[in-house]
Amino acid sequence: MSGSYPNDLLYTKDHEWARIDGTVATIGVTRFAVDQLGDVTQVDLPKEGEKVSQGDVFGSVESVKAVSDLFAPLSGKVVKVNSPLSESPENVNEEPYDEGWMIQIELSKPDEVKSLLDADAYQEFLRESAE
Amino acid sequence: MEASSGQPRKTPLYEAHRALGAKMIDFGGWLMPVQYATGIIDEHQATRRAVGLFDVCHMGEVHFRGPRATDAVQRLVTGNIGALPNGHAAYVVACYPDGGVVDDLIVYRFERDHILIVVNAANVAKDVAWFRDNVGTWCEVTDASDETGLLAFQGPQAQQALQPLTDAPLATLKHHDFFPTATVAGVPVSIARTGYTAEDGFELFAPTAEVPRLWDALLGAAQAVGGKPVGLGARDTLRLEGRLSLYGNELTNQTTPLEAGLGWVVKFEAGEFIGKQALLKQRAEGPTRKLAGFVMVGRGIARHGYPIVDEAGARIGEVTSGSPGPTVGKNIGLGYVPAAKAEAGTRLLVDCRGKFIEAEVVKGPFYKRAG
Repeated sequence: MSGSYPNDLLYTKDHEWARIDGTVATIGVTRFAVDQLGDVTQVDLPKEGEKVSQGDVFGSVESVKAVSDLFAPLSGKVVKVNSPLSESPENVNEEPYDEGWMIQIELSKPDEVKSLLDADAYQEFLRESAE
Repeated sequence: MEASSGQPRKTPLYEAHRALGAKMIDFGGWLMPVQYATGIIDEHQATRRAVGLFDVCHMGEVHFRGPRATDAVQRLVTGNIGALPNGHAAYVVACYPDGGVVDDLIVYRFERDHILIVVNAANVAKDVAWFRDNVGTWCEVTDASDETGLLAFQGPQAQQALQPLTDAPLATLKHHDFFPTATVAGVPVSIARTGYTAEDGFELFAPTAEVPRLWDALLGAAQAVGGKPVGLGARDTLRLEGRLSLYGNELTNQTTPLEAGLGWVVKFEAGEFIGKQALLKQRAEGPTRKLAGFVMVGRGIARHGYPIVDEAGARIGEVTSGSPGPTVGKNIGLGYVPAAKAEAGTRLLVDCRGKFIEAEVVKGPFYKRAG
Protein backbone atom coordinates (compact mmCIF):
# COMPACT_ATOMS: atom_id res chain seq x y z
CA MET A 1 0.00 0.00 0.00
CA SER A 2 3.06 2.30 0.08
CA GLY A 3 2.08 3.80 -3.28
CA SER A 4 -1.20 4.88 -1.71
CA TYR A 5 0.58 7.29 0.66
CA PRO A 6 3.54 9.03 -1.00
CA ASN A 7 6.54 9.68 1.20
CA ASP A 8 6.92 13.30 0.10
CA LEU A 9 3.57 14.30 1.61
CA LEU A 10 2.48 15.07 5.16
CA TYR A 11 -0.85 13.89 6.55
CA THR A 12 -3.55 14.61 9.15
CA LYS A 13 -5.79 12.32 11.14
CA ASP A 14 -8.70 13.93 9.26
CA HIS A 15 -7.28 12.30 6.09
CA GLU A 16 -5.98 15.37 4.34
CA TRP A 17 -2.51 15.62 2.85
CA ALA A 18 -0.17 18.58 2.37
CA ARG A 19 2.75 18.96 -0.02
CA ILE A 20 5.11 21.62 1.35
CA ASP A 21 7.09 23.72 -1.12
CA GLY A 22 8.83 26.55 0.71
CA THR A 23 6.07 28.65 2.26
CA VAL A 24 3.33 27.23 0.06
CA ALA A 25 1.36 24.07 0.82
CA THR A 26 -0.76 22.16 -1.67
CA ILE A 27 -3.67 20.37 0.02
CA GLY A 28 -5.94 17.48 -0.84
CA VAL A 29 -7.52 14.33 0.62
CA THR A 30 -5.86 10.93 1.00
CA ARG A 31 -6.46 7.67 -0.79
CA PHE A 32 -8.07 6.38 2.39
CA ALA A 33 -10.52 9.30 2.39
CA VAL A 34 -11.32 8.71 -1.27
CA ASP A 35 -11.99 5.01 -0.67
CA GLN A 36 -14.32 5.91 2.17
CA LEU A 37 -16.15 8.57 0.17
CA GLY A 38 -16.78 6.59 -2.98
CA ASP A 39 -17.63 8.50 -6.16
CA VAL A 40 -17.05 12.21 -5.58
CA THR A 41 -19.67 14.32 -7.37
CA GLN A 42 -19.10 17.82 -6.03
CA VAL A 43 -16.27 19.69 -4.31
CA ASP A 44 -16.90 23.01 -2.55
CA LEU A 45 -13.74 25.05 -1.97
CA PRO A 46 -12.93 28.52 -0.60
CA LYS A 47 -12.06 31.43 -2.90
CA GLU A 48 -8.59 32.75 -3.52
CA GLY A 49 -7.64 35.25 -0.85
CA GLU A 50 -9.69 33.64 1.90
CA LYS A 51 -7.89 32.67 5.09
CA VAL A 52 -8.04 29.20 6.60
CA SER A 53 -6.97 28.04 10.04
CA GLN A 54 -5.49 24.69 10.98
CA GLY A 55 -8.23 22.25 11.96
CA ASP A 56 -11.08 24.40 10.66
CA VAL A 57 -13.49 23.44 7.91
CA PHE A 58 -12.38 24.95 4.61
CA GLY A 59 -14.78 23.20 2.26
CA SER A 60 -16.74 20.02 1.64
CA VAL A 61 -16.84 17.01 -0.62
CA GLU A 62 -20.10 15.46 -1.78
CA SER A 63 -20.10 11.84 -2.83
CA VAL A 64 -23.12 9.96 -4.12
CA LYS A 65 -23.96 8.82 -0.61
CA ALA A 66 -22.88 11.60 1.72
CA VAL A 67 -21.28 14.97 2.34
CA SER A 68 -17.99 15.32 4.24
CA ASP A 69 -16.18 18.35 5.58
CA LEU A 70 -12.64 19.24 4.58
CA PHE A 71 -10.35 20.30 7.44
CA ALA A 72 -7.39 22.60 6.86
CA PRO A 73 -4.15 20.81 7.76
CA LEU A 74 -2.36 24.17 8.10
CA SER A 75 -3.16 27.87 8.49
CA GLY A 76 -2.72 30.42 5.74
CA LYS A 77 -4.18 32.37 2.86
CA VAL A 78 -5.64 30.58 -0.16
CA VAL A 79 -3.50 31.52 -3.16
CA LYS A 80 -4.80 29.01 -5.69
CA VAL A 81 -7.90 26.84 -6.06
CA ASN A 82 -8.16 23.76 -8.27
CA SER A 83 -11.17 25.14 -10.11
CA PRO A 84 -11.31 22.33 -12.74
CA LEU A 85 -12.60 20.10 -9.92
CA SER A 86 -16.00 21.76 -10.22
CA GLU A 87 -16.29 20.27 -13.71
CA SER A 88 -14.31 17.09 -13.03
CA PRO A 89 -14.84 16.07 -9.40
CA GLU A 90 -13.94 12.50 -10.36
CA ASN A 91 -10.31 13.64 -10.45
CA VAL A 92 -10.40 13.39 -6.67
CA ASN A 93 -11.12 9.67 -6.95
CA GLU A 94 -8.76 8.99 -9.79
CA GLU A 95 -5.72 11.05 -8.79
CA PRO A 96 -6.11 12.30 -5.22
CA TYR A 97 -2.46 13.43 -5.03
CA ASP A 98 -2.22 14.95 -8.50
CA GLU A 99 -5.16 16.28 -10.53
CA GLY A 100 -7.33 15.87 -7.44
CA TRP A 101 -5.53 18.48 -5.33
CA MET A 102 -7.83 21.11 -3.86
CA ILE A 103 -6.19 24.32 -2.70
CA GLN A 104 -2.80 25.93 -2.28
CA ILE A 105 -2.16 28.15 0.71
CA GLU A 106 0.56 30.60 1.66
CA LEU A 107 1.47 29.45 5.16
CA SER A 108 0.91 31.95 7.95
CA LYS A 109 2.23 29.63 10.69
CA PRO A 110 4.94 27.48 9.10
CA ASP A 111 5.72 25.85 12.46
CA GLU A 112 2.42 23.99 12.21
CA VAL A 113 4.08 21.70 9.68
CA LYS A 114 5.73 19.90 12.60
CA SER A 115 2.32 18.79 13.86
CA LEU A 116 1.59 16.76 10.72
CA LEU A 117 2.21 13.04 10.27
CA ASP A 118 4.69 11.56 7.83
CA ALA A 119 3.59 8.71 5.56
CA ASP A 120 4.68 5.99 8.00
CA ALA A 121 2.99 7.61 10.98
CA TYR A 122 -0.23 8.15 8.98
CA GLN A 123 -0.34 4.53 7.86
CA GLU A 124 0.30 3.44 11.44
CA PHE A 125 -2.65 5.64 12.45
CA LEU A 126 -4.83 3.97 9.80
CA ARG A 127 -3.86 0.52 11.07
CA GLU A 128 -4.69 1.47 14.65
CA SER A 129 -8.01 3.00 13.59
CA ALA A 130 -8.97 -0.18 11.77
CA GLU A 131 -8.57 -2.29 14.92
CA MET B 1 -36.48 1.53 11.26
CA GLU B 2 -36.37 -0.87 14.13
CA ALA B 3 -33.28 -1.15 16.23
CA SER B 4 -31.57 -4.42 15.50
CA SER B 5 -30.31 -6.33 18.47
CA GLY B 6 -26.80 -7.70 18.59
CA GLN B 7 -24.55 -8.39 15.66
CA PRO B 8 -25.77 -7.65 12.14
CA ARG B 9 -26.73 -10.78 10.22
CA LYS B 10 -25.08 -12.07 7.06
CA THR B 11 -26.81 -13.24 3.93
CA PRO B 12 -25.62 -16.50 2.30
CA LEU B 13 -23.61 -14.29 -0.06
CA TYR B 14 -21.46 -12.48 2.50
CA GLU B 15 -18.27 -14.27 1.42
CA ALA B 16 -19.12 -13.82 -2.26
CA HIS B 17 -19.50 -10.06 -1.75
CA ARG B 18 -16.18 -9.83 0.08
CA ALA B 19 -14.48 -11.76 -2.71
CA LEU B 20 -15.91 -9.25 -5.20
CA GLY B 21 -14.35 -6.36 -3.30
CA ALA B 22 -17.56 -5.11 -1.72
CA LYS B 23 -17.64 -2.49 0.98
CA MET B 24 -20.04 -3.84 3.60
CA ILE B 25 -22.35 -1.79 5.82
CA ASP B 26 -24.99 -2.51 8.43
CA PHE B 27 -28.39 -1.96 6.83
CA GLY B 28 -31.57 -2.85 8.68
CA GLY B 29 -29.65 -5.28 10.86
CA TRP B 30 -27.86 -6.93 7.95
CA LEU B 31 -24.31 -6.71 6.68
CA MET B 32 -24.87 -5.75 3.06
CA PRO B 33 -22.70 -4.59 0.17
CA VAL B 34 -23.08 -0.83 -0.31
CA GLN B 35 -20.86 -0.96 -3.38
CA TYR B 36 -18.31 -3.17 -5.11
CA ALA B 37 -14.88 -2.24 -6.39
CA THR B 38 -15.90 0.02 -9.28
CA GLY B 39 -18.31 2.20 -7.31
CA ILE B 40 -21.90 3.34 -7.17
CA ILE B 41 -22.06 5.34 -10.40
CA ASP B 42 -20.57 2.52 -12.47
CA GLU B 43 -23.00 0.02 -10.96
CA HIS B 44 -25.90 2.38 -11.56
CA GLN B 45 -24.96 2.83 -15.21
CA ALA B 46 -24.42 -0.91 -15.71
CA THR B 47 -27.98 -1.53 -14.52
CA ARG B 48 -29.42 1.12 -16.84
CA ARG B 49 -27.34 -0.11 -19.78
CA ALA B 50 -27.18 -3.90 -19.33
CA VAL B 51 -28.09 -5.72 -16.13
CA GLY B 52 -27.40 -5.44 -12.43
CA LEU B 53 -27.46 -8.34 -9.97
CA PHE B 54 -28.61 -7.53 -6.42
CA ASP B 55 -28.51 -9.56 -3.23
CA VAL B 56 -31.80 -8.74 -1.54
CA CYS B 57 -31.83 -11.76 0.75
CA HIS B 58 -32.29 -9.38 3.67
CA MET B 59 -35.88 -8.74 2.57
CA GLY B 60 -38.56 -10.68 4.45
CA GLU B 61 -40.97 -13.23 2.98
CA VAL B 62 -44.25 -13.87 4.78
CA HIS B 63 -46.72 -16.50 3.58
CA PHE B 64 -50.46 -16.41 4.22
CA ARG B 65 -52.08 -19.81 3.82
CA GLY B 66 -55.64 -20.97 4.41
CA PRO B 67 -59.11 -20.75 2.92
CA ARG B 68 -59.45 -17.09 3.93
CA ALA B 69 -55.91 -16.00 3.03
CA THR B 70 -57.13 -13.55 0.39
CA ASP B 71 -59.66 -12.00 2.79
CA ALA B 72 -56.97 -11.69 5.45
CA VAL B 73 -54.50 -9.91 3.18
CA GLN B 74 -57.26 -7.73 1.77
CA ARG B 75 -57.92 -6.46 5.28
CA LEU B 76 -54.22 -5.72 5.87
CA VAL B 77 -53.31 -3.83 2.70
CA THR B 78 -54.61 -1.08 0.47
CA GLY B 79 -54.64 -3.01 -2.81
CA ASN B 80 -57.44 -4.95 -4.45
CA ILE B 81 -56.20 -8.42 -3.57
CA GLY B 82 -59.52 -10.08 -4.36
CA ALA B 83 -59.19 -8.92 -7.96
CA LEU B 84 -55.53 -9.94 -8.25
CA PRO B 85 -55.24 -12.94 -10.57
CA ASN B 86 -53.20 -15.95 -9.49
CA GLY B 87 -49.62 -15.50 -10.63
CA HIS B 88 -49.82 -11.72 -10.37
CA ALA B 89 -48.10 -9.31 -7.98
CA ALA B 90 -49.08 -5.86 -6.75
CA TYR B 91 -47.30 -3.06 -4.94
CA VAL B 92 -49.32 -1.95 -1.91
CA VAL B 93 -48.92 -0.49 1.55
CA ALA B 94 -50.21 -1.66 4.91
CA CYS B 95 -51.59 1.09 7.13
CA TYR B 96 -52.36 1.67 10.77
CA PRO B 97 -55.89 2.76 11.65
CA ASP B 98 -54.74 6.42 11.52
CA GLY B 99 -53.50 5.97 7.96
CA GLY B 100 -49.79 5.93 8.84
CA VAL B 101 -47.77 3.36 6.94
CA VAL B 102 -46.75 0.07 8.57
CA ASP B 103 -44.69 -0.90 5.53
CA ASP B 104 -44.70 -0.92 1.76
CA LEU B 105 -45.05 -4.37 0.32
CA ILE B 106 -45.26 -6.51 -2.75
CA VAL B 107 -48.10 -9.00 -2.60
CA TYR B 108 -47.74 -12.12 -4.75
CA ARG B 109 -50.92 -14.13 -5.19
CA PHE B 110 -50.08 -17.82 -5.74
CA GLU B 111 -53.64 -19.08 -5.20
CA ARG B 112 -56.73 -17.79 -3.48
CA ASP B 113 -55.55 -19.71 -0.38
CA HIS B 114 -51.85 -18.83 -0.66
CA ILE B 115 -50.40 -15.33 -0.76
CA LEU B 116 -46.80 -14.22 -0.29
CA ILE B 117 -45.91 -10.75 0.96
CA VAL B 118 -42.37 -9.41 0.63
CA VAL B 119 -41.56 -6.93 3.40
CA ASN B 120 -38.67 -4.60 4.12
CA ALA B 121 -35.72 -6.10 5.98
CA ALA B 122 -35.85 -3.75 8.96
CA ASN B 123 -39.58 -4.31 9.36
CA VAL B 124 -39.84 -8.11 9.37
CA ALA B 125 -40.48 -8.57 13.09
CA LYS B 126 -42.81 -5.57 13.29
CA ASP B 127 -44.78 -6.60 10.21
CA VAL B 128 -45.16 -10.25 11.18
CA ALA B 129 -46.46 -9.24 14.61
CA TRP B 130 -48.86 -6.72 13.01
CA PHE B 131 -50.09 -9.27 10.48
CA ARG B 132 -50.65 -11.95 13.11
CA ASP B 133 -52.47 -9.55 15.45
CA ASN B 134 -54.84 -8.57 12.67
CA VAL B 135 -55.62 -11.75 10.76
CA GLY B 136 -56.73 -13.70 13.83
CA THR B 137 -57.82 -17.15 12.81
CA TRP B 138 -58.48 -16.31 9.17
CA CYS B 139 -55.28 -17.93 7.98
CA GLU B 140 -51.85 -19.12 8.93
CA VAL B 141 -49.05 -16.52 8.81
CA THR B 142 -45.58 -17.99 8.29
CA ASP B 143 -42.35 -15.99 8.35
CA ALA B 144 -40.22 -17.77 5.75
CA SER B 145 -37.52 -15.08 5.63
CA ASP B 146 -34.77 -17.30 6.98
CA GLU B 147 -35.26 -20.11 4.50
CA THR B 148 -35.98 -17.89 1.49
CA GLY B 149 -33.34 -16.06 -0.51
CA LEU B 150 -34.12 -13.27 -2.97
CA LEU B 151 -31.98 -12.01 -5.86
CA ALA B 152 -32.88 -9.20 -8.24
CA PHE B 153 -31.70 -9.27 -11.85
CA GLN B 154 -32.52 -5.88 -13.32
CA GLY B 155 -31.87 -4.00 -16.52
CA PRO B 156 -32.76 -3.77 -20.20
CA GLN B 157 -30.75 -6.94 -20.97
CA ALA B 158 -32.28 -8.93 -18.11
CA GLN B 159 -34.56 -11.15 -20.16
CA GLN B 160 -31.98 -11.89 -22.81
CA ALA B 161 -29.33 -12.68 -20.20
CA LEU B 162 -31.57 -14.81 -18.01
CA GLN B 163 -33.30 -16.90 -20.66
CA PRO B 164 -30.36 -19.25 -21.37
CA LEU B 165 -30.47 -20.33 -17.71
CA THR B 166 -34.12 -21.42 -17.71
CA ASP B 167 -36.81 -23.20 -19.71
CA ALA B 168 -39.42 -20.78 -18.36
CA PRO B 169 -40.74 -18.66 -21.25
CA LEU B 170 -39.68 -15.26 -19.94
CA ALA B 171 -41.02 -13.35 -22.93
CA THR B 172 -44.54 -14.37 -21.89
CA LEU B 173 -44.09 -13.06 -18.36
CA LYS B 174 -45.64 -9.62 -18.14
CA HIS B 175 -44.65 -6.84 -15.78
CA HIS B 176 -45.74 -7.77 -12.24
CA ASP B 177 -46.54 -11.37 -13.18
CA PHE B 178 -44.66 -14.34 -11.77
CA PHE B 179 -44.00 -18.01 -12.36
CA PRO B 180 -44.59 -19.74 -9.01
CA THR B 181 -42.37 -22.67 -9.92
CA ALA B 182 -39.48 -22.65 -12.34
CA THR B 183 -35.86 -23.74 -12.51
CA VAL B 184 -32.93 -21.41 -13.10
CA ALA B 185 -29.47 -22.92 -13.42
CA GLY B 186 -30.80 -26.08 -11.78
CA VAL B 187 -32.16 -24.21 -8.77
CA PRO B 188 -35.88 -24.32 -7.94
CA VAL B 189 -37.18 -20.75 -7.94
CA SER B 190 -40.15 -18.48 -8.27
CA ILE B 191 -39.49 -15.85 -10.95
CA ALA B 192 -41.29 -12.51 -10.77
CA ARG B 193 -41.10 -9.66 -13.23
CA THR B 194 -40.80 -7.12 -10.44
CA GLY B 195 -38.05 -4.85 -9.15
CA TYR B 196 -36.95 -1.60 -7.57
CA THR B 197 -34.76 0.02 -10.22
CA ALA B 198 -37.19 1.56 -12.74
CA GLU B 199 -35.88 -0.97 -15.27
CA ASP B 200 -37.31 -4.16 -16.67
CA GLY B 201 -36.10 -7.12 -14.69
CA PHE B 202 -36.76 -10.12 -12.51
CA GLU B 203 -36.71 -11.11 -8.89
CA LEU B 204 -35.93 -14.71 -8.07
CA PHE B 205 -36.92 -16.45 -4.86
CA ALA B 206 -34.86 -19.51 -3.98
CA PRO B 207 -34.15 -21.72 -0.96
CA THR B 208 -31.45 -20.05 1.13
CA ALA B 209 -29.07 -22.99 0.76
CA GLU B 210 -29.23 -22.71 -3.05
CA VAL B 211 -28.62 -18.97 -3.17
CA PRO B 212 -24.82 -19.07 -3.67
CA ARG B 213 -25.21 -21.41 -6.65
CA LEU B 214 -27.94 -19.22 -8.14
CA TRP B 215 -25.88 -16.07 -7.55
CA ASP B 216 -22.87 -17.55 -9.35
CA ALA B 217 -24.98 -18.48 -12.37
CA LEU B 218 -26.68 -15.07 -12.48
CA LEU B 219 -23.38 -13.26 -12.03
CA GLY B 220 -21.96 -15.11 -15.05
CA ALA B 221 -25.08 -14.28 -17.06
CA ALA B 222 -24.89 -10.62 -16.06
CA GLN B 223 -21.20 -10.31 -16.87
CA ALA B 224 -21.75 -11.94 -20.25
CA VAL B 225 -23.82 -8.91 -21.31
CA GLY B 226 -21.67 -6.28 -19.61
CA GLY B 227 -23.57 -6.30 -16.34
CA LYS B 228 -22.28 -6.58 -12.80
CA PRO B 229 -23.17 -7.00 -9.14
CA VAL B 230 -24.78 -3.91 -7.64
CA GLY B 231 -24.84 -2.79 -4.02
CA LEU B 232 -27.27 -0.81 -1.91
CA GLY B 233 -25.72 2.51 -2.92
CA ALA B 234 -26.75 2.18 -6.55
CA ARG B 235 -29.99 0.47 -5.55
CA ASP B 236 -30.82 3.74 -3.84
CA THR B 237 -29.90 6.02 -6.76
CA LEU B 238 -31.75 3.74 -9.20
CA ARG B 239 -34.95 3.72 -7.16
CA LEU B 240 -34.73 7.46 -6.48
CA GLU B 241 -34.46 8.26 -10.20
CA GLY B 242 -37.59 6.11 -10.67
CA ARG B 243 -39.24 8.02 -7.80
CA LEU B 244 -39.83 4.82 -5.89
CA SER B 245 -40.40 5.24 -2.17
CA LEU B 246 -38.12 3.90 0.54
CA TYR B 247 -39.60 2.91 3.88
CA GLY B 248 -37.98 4.94 6.64
CA ASN B 249 -37.52 7.89 4.25
CA GLU B 250 -40.65 8.69 2.21
CA LEU B 251 -42.85 6.29 4.15
CA THR B 252 -43.15 6.02 7.93
CA ASN B 253 -45.88 5.61 10.51
CA GLN B 254 -46.12 9.43 10.40
CA THR B 255 -46.98 9.58 6.68
CA THR B 256 -50.00 8.34 4.78
CA PRO B 257 -49.97 6.86 1.28
CA LEU B 258 -52.04 9.83 0.06
CA GLU B 259 -49.42 12.30 1.28
CA ALA B 260 -46.70 10.14 -0.27
CA GLY B 261 -48.28 10.27 -3.74
CA LEU B 262 -49.31 6.63 -3.53
CA GLY B 263 -53.02 7.23 -3.97
CA TRP B 264 -52.85 4.83 -6.91
CA VAL B 265 -52.16 1.88 -4.59
CA VAL B 266 -55.12 2.71 -2.35
CA LYS B 267 -58.17 0.90 -3.73
CA PHE B 268 -61.05 2.24 -1.69
CA GLU B 269 -63.51 0.15 -3.67
CA ALA B 270 -61.75 -3.11 -2.82
CA GLY B 271 -63.40 -3.53 0.56
CA GLU B 272 -62.53 -2.86 4.15
CA PHE B 273 -58.89 -2.48 5.09
CA ILE B 274 -57.14 -1.09 8.13
CA GLY B 275 -56.77 2.67 7.82
CA LYS B 276 -59.52 3.07 5.22
CA GLN B 277 -61.66 5.46 7.29
CA ALA B 278 -58.72 7.75 8.06
CA LEU B 279 -57.66 7.75 4.40
CA LEU B 280 -61.21 8.45 3.19
CA LYS B 281 -61.33 11.44 5.51
CA GLN B 282 -57.95 12.67 4.34
CA ARG B 283 -58.94 12.23 0.70
CA ALA B 284 -62.12 14.26 1.28
CA GLU B 285 -60.27 17.07 3.05
CA GLY B 286 -57.18 16.91 0.88
CA PRO B 287 -53.77 16.22 2.43
CA THR B 288 -52.18 19.34 3.94
CA ARG B 289 -48.72 18.20 2.88
CA LYS B 290 -47.47 16.18 -0.03
CA LEU B 291 -44.34 14.49 -1.19
CA ALA B 292 -42.69 16.56 -3.92
CA GLY B 293 -39.99 15.47 -6.33
CA PHE B 294 -37.46 18.18 -7.10
CA VAL B 295 -34.31 18.85 -9.05
CA MET B 296 -31.66 21.12 -7.62
CA VAL B 297 -31.34 24.33 -9.59
CA GLY B 298 -28.47 25.72 -7.55
CA ARG B 299 -25.26 23.95 -6.79
CA GLY B 300 -25.97 21.54 -3.96
CA ILE B 301 -27.15 18.08 -3.07
CA ALA B 302 -30.20 17.64 -0.87
CA ARG B 303 -29.86 14.89 1.72
CA HIS B 304 -32.30 12.96 3.91
CA GLY B 305 -33.28 15.21 6.82
CA TYR B 306 -32.28 18.58 5.32
CA PRO B 307 -34.93 21.25 5.99
CA ILE B 308 -36.95 22.77 3.16
CA VAL B 309 -37.38 26.46 3.98
CA ASP B 310 -39.15 29.60 2.80
CA GLU B 311 -37.37 32.85 1.79
CA ALA B 312 -37.21 33.91 5.43
CA GLY B 313 -35.52 30.65 6.36
CA ALA B 314 -38.51 29.21 8.20
CA ARG B 315 -38.87 25.47 7.91
CA ILE B 316 -41.79 24.39 5.70
CA GLY B 317 -40.82 20.78 5.05
CA GLU B 318 -38.09 18.20 4.98
CA VAL B 319 -36.05 16.25 2.46
CA THR B 320 -36.71 12.51 2.66
CA SER B 321 -34.17 11.38 0.03
CA GLY B 322 -31.65 13.13 -2.18
CA SER B 323 -28.57 12.36 -4.21
CA PRO B 324 -27.00 12.90 -7.57
CA GLY B 325 -29.01 11.14 -10.30
CA PRO B 326 -26.31 9.49 -12.39
CA THR B 327 -28.59 8.88 -15.40
CA VAL B 328 -30.62 12.08 -15.26
CA GLY B 329 -27.43 14.08 -14.73
CA LYS B 330 -28.95 16.31 -12.07
CA ASN B 331 -29.07 16.39 -8.32
CA ILE B 332 -32.53 15.13 -7.39
CA GLY B 333 -34.59 14.64 -4.29
CA LEU B 334 -37.91 13.98 -2.61
CA GLY B 335 -39.40 15.79 0.35
CA TYR B 336 -42.57 16.70 2.17
CA VAL B 337 -43.87 20.23 1.62
CA PRO B 338 -47.22 22.02 2.14
CA ALA B 339 -49.63 20.77 -0.52
CA ALA B 340 -49.67 24.13 -2.32
CA LYS B 341 -45.90 23.90 -2.78
CA ALA B 342 -45.99 20.45 -4.35
CA GLU B 343 -47.08 21.65 -7.81
CA ALA B 344 -44.65 21.20 -10.70
CA GLY B 345 -42.67 24.35 -11.36
CA THR B 346 -42.75 25.58 -7.76
CA ARG B 347 -39.42 26.88 -6.53
CA LEU B 348 -38.24 25.54 -3.17
CA LEU B 349 -35.23 26.29 -1.03
CA VAL B 350 -33.28 23.44 0.53
CA ASP B 351 -31.16 24.24 3.57
CA CYS B 352 -27.96 22.44 2.60
CA ARG B 353 -25.93 22.77 5.79
CA GLY B 354 -26.71 26.43 6.18
CA LYS B 355 -26.75 27.36 2.51
CA PHE B 356 -30.17 27.87 0.94
CA ILE B 357 -30.03 26.18 -2.45
CA GLU B 358 -32.83 26.56 -4.96
CA ALA B 359 -34.75 23.54 -6.23
CA GLU B 360 -37.67 23.14 -8.64
CA VAL B 361 -40.57 20.77 -8.16
CA VAL B 362 -41.06 18.33 -11.04
CA LYS B 363 -43.88 15.96 -11.81
CA GLY B 364 -43.49 12.21 -12.08
CA PRO B 365 -40.36 10.04 -12.13
CA PHE B 366 -37.00 11.66 -12.81
CA TYR B 367 -36.17 8.75 -15.09
CA LYS B 368 -38.43 6.62 -17.26
CA ARG B 369 -37.12 3.73 -19.28
CA ALA B 370 -37.77 3.74 -22.98
CA GLY B 371 -40.66 1.66 -24.32
